[in-house]
Amino acid sequence: MKRFQIGEFSFHSINYIVYTLFMLLCIYPFYYILINSISSPDAIIDGVYFFPKGFTLDTYIQLFQSDNIINAFIVSASRAVIGTVVTVIACAFFSYLITKREMFARKFVYRFVIITMYLNAGLIPWYITMRGLGLKDNYLLYILPTIISAYFIILIKTYMESLPIVLEESAMMDGAGYLRLFSHIILPVCMPILATVAVFHAVNQWNSWTDNYFLVSNPKLQTLQLILLNYLRQAESMASDANRQLITSAAGITGFRVSSASVRLAITMIVTLPIMMVYPFMQRYFVKGIMMGAVKG
Amino acid sequence: MIQAERRQVRFRLSNRMKLFWMAVPFVIIVFIFNYIPLFGWIYAFFDYKPGVPLWKTPFAGLDYFKLMYDERKDLFNVLRNTMIMSVLGLLCTPLFAAFAIFLNEMRSKSFKKIVQITTTLPNFISWVLVYAVFFMFFSSDGFINKVLFHFGWIDSPTNVLGNNDIVWYVQTGIVMWKGLGWGAIIYLAAIAGIDQEQYDAAKVDGAGRFRTIWNITVPGILPTFFVLLLLDVSNMLSNGFDQYFVFYNPLVATHIEVLDYYTYRVGMLNSDFSYSTALGISKTVISITLLFTVNNLAKRIRGESII
Repeated sequence: MKRFQIGEFSFHSINYIVYTLFMLLCIYPFYYILINSISSPDAIIDGVYFFPKGFTLDTYIQLFQSDNIINAFIVSASRAVIGTVVTVIACAFFSYLITKREMFARKFVYRFVIITMYLNAGLIPWYITMRGLGLKDNYLLYILPTIISAYFIILIKTYMESLPIVLEESAMMDGAGYLRLFSHIILPVCMPILATVAVFHAVNQWNSWTDNYFLVSNPKLQTLQLILLNYLRQAESMASDANRQLITSAAGITGFRVSSASVRLAITMIVTLPIMMVYPFMQRYFVKGIMMGAVKG
Repeated sequence: MIQAERRQVRFRLSNRMKLFWMAVPFVIIVFIFNYIPLFGWIYAFFDYKPGVPLWKTPFAGLDYFKLMYDERKDLFNVLRNTMIMSVLGLLCTPLFAAFAIFLNEMRSKSFKKIVQITTTLPNFISWVLVYAVFFMFFSSDGFINKVLFHFGWIDSPTNVLGNNDIVWYVQTGIVMWKGLGWGAIIYLAAIAGIDQEQYDAAKVDGAGRFRTIWNITVPGILPTFFVLLLLDVSNMLSNGFDQYFVFYNPLVATHIEVLDYYTYRVGMLNSDFSYSTALGISKTVISITLLFTVNNLAKRIRGESII
């Protein structure tokens, strides 16, 4: 009995240690970047590991005074919001239509959309098509191509099919059309799955940068992600890091009196924070995917 | 009664086309953004030059597919990197299951929850951010070098991200850091789906923890593991573009270049649209063939298809 308990104890101890270490591995980097981004440039050079040293928000203040950072923030945030609203509504409505068995050519329409999961034309054909559609240097490039996603359709359709038919039938008797049924009956009860899809897509949108990189050169349409990448590339090319002098960033932010390291840290934080803020919702909705007695309620 | 039924049938018929027409705009969107690019495959058979319309470009036949053979030295190197990193990724897949199994053994619910929330976070940041994090930790004035230097363990900075000898392992490690917590969730769901009575019975029989894991949990999640493994196999050629693009640097160029990056380099940097398209076609064809092969295999072994 005693040996058994020792075994139990060590099993749990090892488990706690291993998981805690991995948690630290996942969280500490972000904490490290946060405390460094609000420390003074001199302290950063010495090393800031646990708490901010020489607290200052100068970098953030300067960044938010520069037009291109604010502009990029607006571009990234707006594509996340607009893109998500459009995609969720479109995918939800399409899924709703697909669940209607009486639809003409239903199977064909469904397969036509789902098969795109396995079709990948490749970079160059995609690039030429987008250019041909006039989406080069066009804000709509961030919104239109991802309106319909096969993966989201599958998620939403599966959820809708689990709903009791009774829900709709009573409304149908009242002579409501499909649009009304969708917006008044189906949409409200699908909120758990739509929230999941929305958070997924918002994160995807916020994280996107390849479309920007390949097709948008207009500085007014740059995303935060690409600006961050450019800063990192710049830092990398000055890889003779030994001379850590204060530099004036060449990327268009003039009159900067903070070190390039601080700028990188602060931008990284600006790009990370929104993810961290929507993140708790993601967890909640991911687990809560199951319909809860909508008929009763 | 019969009248009501008839009315319903008429209602359904009149709505058949209505529903269809409502779906058409979405089908058109899908056609434009997912099918039209496929027509671009035709560029692989012409000497396409940007700016010159297709009817004026000379027909090239299979020249660009033959070019792959002529470029075999480059292509071989690229495929080697692609396959090695894919195989390393495959070798790590049991870790996802192990992560879920041992987490499931933890008693504290809140601890489990905290582990899940924190370890899935890296999955939701972009590759640019992943690069930012690793850059700030591994560059010459980054965290690692500062700490090692502080303790006097090194005299000159180490450059992990610029070390050609270990780049395959470093990249696999990064993939695991980003995806381990998230990848484990599907196994946690699979474990939750195992019949609880089996565990109770095992307990009555006096089975220890590891026996229970080995005889009940592992077989319970094996189907999930199997399906994911097969899907990974069919995706072997596509390890993605973003990761290798952001971590690419001249020091590791020969070992980090994967097929997706090569396609980009040939097409975008060398402007060889036709050759790049030919590469893309070959990749898609091979991937789909792999997917169906693997699917058939799954059908034969489990009597159930995976797609």
